[in-house]
Amino acid sequence: MSVLSPKSVLFTMLAVLAGLVSVSAIAADTPLKVGFVYVSPVGDAGWTSQHDAARREMEKALAGKVVTKYVENVPEGADAERVIRELAQSGYQLIFTTSFGYMNPTIKVAKQFPKTYFEHATGYKTDKNVGIYNARFYEGRYLAGIVAGKMTKSNIAGYVAAFPIPEVVMGINAFTRGMRSVNPNAVTKVVWVNTWYDPGREREAADTLISQGADVLTNHTDSTAVMQDAEAKKVYAIAYHSDMSKYGPHAQLTAVTHQWGAYYTKEVQAAIDGKWKPGSIWGGIREGMIRMAPFNPVVPKDVQDLVNRTAADIASGKFHPFTGPLSDNDGHERLAAGKVISDDALLKMDYYVEGVQGKLPATK
Amino acid sequence: MRIALEARPEPSRLMAWASPLLAAAATLVAGFMLFSLLGKNPLDAFFVIFIEPVSTRYGVGELLLKASPLMLCALGLAVGYRANVWNIGAEGQLTIGAICGGGLALWLPQLNGAWLLPMMIVAGAAGGTAWAAIPAWLRTRCNANEILTSLMLVYVATLGLSYLVQGPWRDPEGFNFPQSSMFGDNALLPLLLTGTRLNVGFLLALAVIAAGWLFTARTLAGFRMRVAGLAPCAASYAGISAKRTVWIGMLVGGATAGIAGVGEVAGPIGQLLPSVSPGYGFAAIIVAFVGRLHPLGIALASLLMSLLYLGGEAAQIGLGLPSAVTRMFQGMLLFFLLAADVFIGYRLRFRRSPGAGAIPAPAQGPTR
Repeated sequence: MSVLSPKSVLFTMLAVLAGLVSVSAIAADTPLKVGFVYVSPVGDAGWTSQHDAARREMEKALAGKVVTKYVENVPEGADAERVIRELAQSGYQLIFTTSFGYMNPTIKVAKQFPKTYFEHATGYKTDKNVGIYNARFYEGRYLAGIVAGKMTKSNIAGYVAAFPIPEVVMGINAFTRGMRSVNPNAVTKVVWVNTWYDPGREREAADTLISQGADVLTNHTDSTAVMQDAEAKKVYAIAYHSDMSKYGPHAQLTAVTHQWGAYYTKEVQAAIDGKWKPGSIWGGIREGMIRMAPFNPVVPKDVQDLVNRTAADIASGKFHPFTGPLSDNDGHERLAAGKVISDDALLKMDYYVEGVQGKLPATK
Repeated sequence: MRIALEARPEPSRLMAWASPLLAAAATLVAGFMLFSLLGKNPLDAFFVIFIEPVSTRYGVGELLLKASPLMLCALGLAVGYRANVWNIGAEGQLTIGAICGGGLALWLPQLNGAWLLPMMIVAGAAGGTAWAAIPAWLRTRCNANEILTSLMLVYVATLGLSYLVQGPWRDPEGFNFPQSSMFGDNALLPLLLTGTRLNVGFLLALAVIAAGWLFTARTLAGFRMRVAGLAPCAASYAGISAKRTVWIGMLVGGATAGIAGVGEVAGPIGQLLPSVSPGYGFAAIIVAFVGRLHPLGIALASLLMSLLYLGGEAAQIGLGLPSAVTRMFQGMLLFFLLAADVFIGYRLRFRRSPGAGAIPAPAQGPTR
């Protein structure tokens, strides 16, 4: 053991100090590595495509300060955990996992990498280093419903839906309420396809709805099939996730689009500044996470104005799409007049509101 | 000049060994061109796809973890395929196995793992077997083509699982999302290697491979199955029951796929989800053929297939290649492997004049 002389202590302290300075200098100069995990290929429309557009938007906004990487087409289940872990292992410091089925894998990996930040879209489990984020898709759905209610001639709207989870059911209900707020005779017919992405089945479902009299379609699935079918069969459609006017130049009335770019930019900036905290964000029109695509010129001016006014009211908090009286389609009252639904009740929604035809599958 | 494929009088022993090398060479050349065209250094790409995924302990664990369900399914399928029994529905049998095993885990959450886990595995095997019995019965009773019936039952099985996790077995704490509660530790297969996700399911897969080898090479029933596949007429003259062959071929495939299903839900997943397999039951069909329907070959082919999955992910992370490109590369490799096997039973002949050009039937074809 060497004797500690005052000089050597001073020297050591200086060295440590210098080391600290250089480390923080590196931290400031090295771009933050941000990873994304996608459930489907990026494509040019749909859920994943919106997340990837947002990734590019964030990368552009923070040019030079971030490096991003995505892994696409990662199945939910056993494989997701490995991919998320690989990203964490390769030094990605903030990782966005963008599908509900990544929730438990994200939580598991986050425990093994306590210094890495994770953000999981659409789930409900959080941790010290796991935040969650989601959008109030139903706000856009309500607006879409207003357009559908004004444009339908048959008073039947067709809805192609993936899985009967609250997020999807909420959308169907919000759409129907929006529609009936301007057209109390209109009804919604739903076809479940039990898949997020299957253009063949989505198109078949759209055909079925058209043959049952629907003249405005919308969907909660991931492909452009419903829009293309509407274009081919000369009915209207309201797109979801992305603006699909390219696929339905005549059919698309408007679209409920997802906008994650501003949120990603904000979160990544917070991580760069060392101020990232696990949040639980459920943003809507106000936060800019939901935006309506430009209207088709066939939508009359007064309808466009009504939609824009309602959007402003939702954003300012003056109006909530689920304000009582609210009855389910069995006639039971779910919410008294004047009451506004709680977020908790929304997230557990397992009934159809008045105006939706049929029964929700697999409910007790 | 024209090129013709000509049947060899007997399968070439040389080519049996050389064809994988030929395939590897063809893959390297094609991969070299593909990656160069995309502006990536092919050597880097090969390194990232084939070496990097297994350069860590965790990576090796993942390789074996992902190979296990492939081994199990492919081995069971191969028993049938050798006898010309075409079970295409391993994915469905796997799903039913997962439902039965996972159902036990949800039903008996308090039971000690030493009892529960073996029960889950038996239940999974029984479920897979029962599911495979349906096409076997339809084939032997009504002469319905088992390719179609077993395939269609895949959709029935997945929808059944989907119903269960969205209805009766839905996690009450799960905000109505379609998934069961997480299993307790008593219902999870013990880990083999610390710091990895590799569990004892891998040992089970190895045991099944060994059992599969014993069955085909050392038992009378296995011999009968082989004869039934190689020479159906001779088999029936020899009194080998065609129905029995169908039953054995289907049921063994169902049992191993069912075990694979339990291995997934009691292993890396730890709960029931609407989909418990990214298509292992279908990938196993390729694995069975790449492994030439031989247990040892299947073990190796499962490892290769598993490596291709991992390499595909690594190429996305490490090289920024889109998943379509990595899948194309995987497809090329498997295509070359299967294509090169043609040269075991056939040879190329270069002819000057347009002689007899048709491919003659093999005197004794390859073993499938």
